[in-house]
Amino acid sequence: MFYSLQIVALDLGIKMITSFKNRDVVSILDFTREELETLFEYADKFRKVEGKLNLLNGKVVSLAFFEPSTRTRLSFEVAAKRLGADVVSIIGEEASSIAKGENLADTIRMLDAYSNIIILRHRYEGAAKYAAEIAENPVINAGDGIQHHPTQAMIDLYTVKTLFGSIDGLVYVVLGDLRYGRAAMSFIYGLSLYKPKKLYVVAPQLLRIRNEVLQILKERGLPIEEKNDVREIISEADVLYVTRIQRERFPDPMEYEKVRGSYIVTLDLLEKGKSTLKVLHPLPKVDEIDHKVDTSRYAAYYLQARLGVPVRMSLLSLVSGVEI
Amino acid sequence: MSSENIHTLVVPKILNGTVIDHIPAGRALDILKVLNITGGEGWRIAVLLNVESKKLGRKDIIKIERRKLTSAEVNVIALIAPTATINIIENFVVVEKFKVNVPEVIEGVIRCPNPTCISNKEREPVKSRFRTLSKDQLIFRCEYCSTIVTRDDILKLIIR
Repeated sequence: MFYSLQIVALDLGIKMITSFKNRDVVSILDFTREELETLFEYADKFRKVEGKLNLLNGKVVSLAFFEPSTRTRLSFEVAAKRLGADVVSIIGEEASSIAKGENLADTIRMLDAYSNIIILRHRYEGAAKYAAEIAENPVINAGDGIQHHPTQAMIDLYTVKTLFGSIDGLVYVVLGDLRYGRAAMSFIYGLSLYKPKKLYVVAPQLLRIRNEVLQILKERGLPIEEKNDVREIISEADVLYVTRIQRERFPDPMEYEKVRGSYIVTLDLLEKGKSTLKVLHPLPKVDEIDHKVDTSRYAAYYLQARLGVPVRMSLLSLVSGVEI
Repeated sequence: MSSENIHTLVVPKILNGTVIDHIPAGRALDILKVLNITGGEGWRIAVLLNVESKKLGRKDIIKIERRKLTSAEVNVIALIAPTATINIIENFVVVEKFKVNVPEVIEGVIRCPNPTCISNKEREPVKSRFRTLSKDQLIFRCEYCSTIVTRDDILKLIIR
């Protein structure tokens, strides 16, 4: 059953947390568990709504994506449009005055003048924080270099909650590129807001989690442990979070060749785990998951991608101060 | 003749200005660089390197006439010379004396070693900014990219 906008507007019961309004979204660590719970309650509502709403009528959302993107950009665009906002976009540096030498600061000032929310993806770490210092309107980080991807973490956590009913008490395995993978790291940071039973991280030697980050996570009380082989712990896992090796981040292509294809998730591996095991992946995937997994009961990554729209609708609404 | 007298003969007292004392031996020139003092300012400046010190064994001293350091400059000195003491001189008399203190936030003094940190991007009007994680061990984190910088990295990261 689908709700109409009016019914949604009347269907109160979610207390709006004013801390979201006009807020920059730079890192998942800037949020509390309670704030994420509010976001997820919004997402639950939006999942039940079909068609276009007018909650953000008269607002303009700008998308400034200076790195390639499929899901993040499209789901933000769909989310904004479904809320009734207009969307303007810069896709790639070559299509904007950045190609003429304009700096990011001036680009942000223009987007700030033309729109109410700026969604930014950039290859430099700290770009979103910097943009947030310049813009008066909220800036949402859609990925800054190898550092943060907070909205992906929100979607990932919401996917777990949707699948298991809770984020606490589960055993997580994060497999892949923990050196350059901003989605995997943001997911792990997000887990540190909850109480997982255990978090195993498995990465090729060259792509291991940095010591300083590991230290921070341990200090935050996350029960994290590094393992060399996913087969050692697959039987314990509730969630296997897999990431692609981030080829584009390697300073030296030879280094990439050393780790390319160093792990692959197959049905054989998954069948050694619990029957309820779910595989998440922020996508795009290349060859780290066997295609046979895609149509198996383990694959949750297409659901995860679909949930990008309601979660991003929720975030845009909350940041705009819209109550549902 | 005592070593104290020798110092007095070599470096006369200053009328007004700043004396930075108890600098770890060999760090005085780095401090001048951090303070952007080139010698072209026209002030009288004395730099003593590797002089005897009861506390440190050897130490450096800088005397700068007519220049009073701002509190921000004083804090920056702490990154290179955490043992330093600052003496403010007026009419040949020490009117204020204090130890340096490592600031909570350090802006525009050291560059981030991460080449893809936004603070290193060309043509951006952005200053590097680090938050102090440990004043004792001199550990700092870039506010933009979270890169950790420690005591040993500081000298090579100073923005000249």
